This record gives sequence, C-alpha cells and structure tokens, in this order.
Amino acid sequence: MMRAFLSLVKRDVALATQVGGGGGMAVFFFLVAVSLLPLGIGPNLNLLAKIAPGLLWVALLLSSLLTLDRLFQADFEDGTLDALSMGALPLELMVSAKIMAHWLTTGLPLVVAAPFLGLLLNLGSAHFLPLVGAMLLGTPALSLLGAIGAALTVSVRRGGLLASLLVIPFYLPVLIFGVAAAGSDVAMPGVSQQAMLLLGAVTLVSLVLGPVAAAAALRANLRS
Amino acid sequence: MVFRDVSFSLEAGGALVVTGHNGAGKSSLLRQLAGLVDVAGGALFLAGGQPETTIAEQAHYIGHLDALKAAMTVRETAGFWAGFLGGTPATIDRSFEIFDLAGLRDLPVAYLSAGQRRRLTLSRLLIAPRALWLLDEPSVALDAASLARLVSAMEAHRAGGGLIVAATHQPLGLVQARVLDLSSVRASA
Repeated sequence: MMRAFLSLVKRDVALATQVGGGGGMAVFFFLVAVSLLPLGIGPNLNLLAKIAPGLLWVALLLSSLLTLDRLFQADFEDGTLDALSMGALPLELMVSAKIMAHWLTTGLPLVVAAPFLGLLLNLGSAHFLPLVGAMLLGTPALSLLGAIGAALTVSVRRGGLLASLLVIPFYLPVLIFGVAAAGSDVAMPGVSQQAMLLLGAVTLVSLVLGPVAAAAALRANLRS
Repeated sequence: MVFRDVSFSLEAGGALVVTGHNGAGKSSLLRQLAGLVDVAGGALFLAGGQPETTIAEQAHYIGHLDALKAAMTVRETAGFWAGFLGGTPATIDRSFEIFDLAGLRDLPVAYLSAGQRRRLTLSRLLIAPRALWLLDEPSVALDAASLARLVSAMEAHRAGGGLIVAATHQPLGLVQARVLDLSSVRASA
C-alpha cells in the first residue's frame, strides 16, 4: 500500500515537473504578480514594507488557485482515475498522494520563492523567517482544501474557475492567520505566535477533512 | 435505467462475451462490474475471491479511454502501474514480451501509434495479476497479429482459472465463451 502511495506521488511530481506539466506556472505567476505590484503602488518603501506580507500571501493564494484544475482533471479525462480508483489503495489515500504531489510541486516552490520576492517589496529582514515559517505551515492547507474544490468540479469542462470560487472562502482563514503570523508586529507581541498556532490548527483540520471530502466528491463524480 | 433483468454466472476459467447494438449498455454493464457505476438494483457476487476486498480491487477494467500520459515513456508507464497496482519487474518483462512492447520501452507515449497505445494499455492486465478482466472493445485499433497475441493472453488467463467479461462487436474467437446479447434485453425508459 505504501508502495502504491509513493509511486503515485512520484508519477504526479514527474508529470508536473516535465515540460508542459504546469509545475512552473504557479511560481511564474507569483513572480509576475509580485513584481508588478511595486510598479502599481509606487516607490514608497515604507508603505511597501508594511504591506509586503499581505501582498505576498494574496499573490501566493492566487498562484496556487491557478493550479487546482491540474489535480484531477487530466486523470479524469483520460480514464486514469477509473484505474486509480480500482487499486488496493483506498480513494482517500489515493487523493492524499495526489495532494502531497500537488504541494511538492506548487506549495513548496512558492514558499521557496517568497523570500526572494520579498526583497522586491522591501520586506524587513526580521519578517523573513516568520513569513517562510507561516507559509510552510499554511500552504499544505491550500492544497488540501483546494483538492475538495478540484474534486467537486472534476467533470466540469474548464472547472478551474468554479473550483476557485468554491475554495476561496475556505482559504480566508489561511490568509488571515498567515498574514498575522508573518507580521510579527513589535507593537503587539504574541499576536504572531497565536496566529501561527491557529494556522497550524487550520492545516490540521484540512488534513483530516480534505482527503475525505475530496474522495467523497470524486466518488460521486466518477459514478454519475 | 439502461437495462433490467440481466443475469449471468461464470465459473473459474469462464469467459462472457457481451454483445449488443450501440447504446445497448455493454459499457455500462462493464463499468458496473468494475464498481465505477452504481447498480440501481440487483447484486454482484465474486465467490472464492479474496474476502474483504471489493470486486473492483480484484479486477482490471480496460475501457475506451487509454489512461496514458503523453509525456511518460513506455517504461515509466509500466513502472508506475506495477508500483500502483502491485507488479514486479518480472511481470513487466513478461507483459512487454506478450504484447510486443520491448522495442518501444524508451519511447514517450506521445510517439506511439493507436495500436501501440492500445497494447500498452492492455499490458496492465499482465503487469498486476488479477482474477477478473473487464474488457470494453479490447480489439479496437489492434492489427491481426496483435489481436492474436491478446486472444492467446486471454486464453492463458482463463487456463489459470481467471475470468473474462468482454464487450465486443468483432468476434474474438475465444473457445467456449458464453454470449450475453444485450439487444434482446428489454430496456425500460
């Protein structure tokens, strides 16, 4: 069972990182969005530094939304999902493997890119570590919750937009606590630590709910 | 409802050929057996199989869609299915030999012809051994030589006690296969 899980993760990572696999799309969009923002806002370094964590989180959220339709759509359309659902691996674990591969090819590269893009926004050096920590903690929740939307819309052509609309409300706690955790405001000590704990809680809840809900949605879509 | 009052049974080594006009429900019947479509009424039993596993987990379903990724090579595709469904390098080699894929190992799936893609899809049958084969139009795109290879693989599977349910328009030439003609089954609106 472990072997089946790992071979699916390996295949999905390989497919995403190949040319045309779409793995680089999220990072590229992240780069474009963040590099355009200072041009739009103007060269006010203090303002940029103040809003940098929020801007980075919003851009990261939008980037990861872009990749949601990659999760199940292609496998659904070419019949792979039929075969995957007939394996010895329960559907919930099959979904978890795909979510894990999605995070490895989307969430993790975005977290790695974030500090470098922070430089473009004049992000204070004290914020780098909290920001990366919060993003590491929060991005798995984005993949886990996104999978629910992707699974619900798997049989809809171009369902990416619909999936985005469905999951954005569920992304809000990640955004709110993520920004608070990355803020580390000297004026309000302790806030960032509490936000970090809440962010961890959001991820843990998503870890429990995400695969189960996504598997149920897939089952409904496969059997209709 | 696609059809009603359909019943059949197969003993070890048995084969059922499902025929019927377009839209008679051949694919639906196979997908039901594979657990991919819910049955509105009635029941399916697999006696003597592994307890506590569903029929789907003891079956291969080869449908119209080939479940192949253009960017993966033949070797990677087979390696993935062996990892996911439970196969070994030995079963991959045997499967490649039987479906004549050994010379294509390092080619990406994108470069394969329709018949070669079909053979690669069918190779899944032998990569992971499973008792029940559900084949939906397995002969599509296959040339005469490849079809002969498939039929001999099917006969070998039956000789080992395996079951086959195949939907087809073209006679496959299986020995002593039962025929279920869905055209004669009354469909209800």
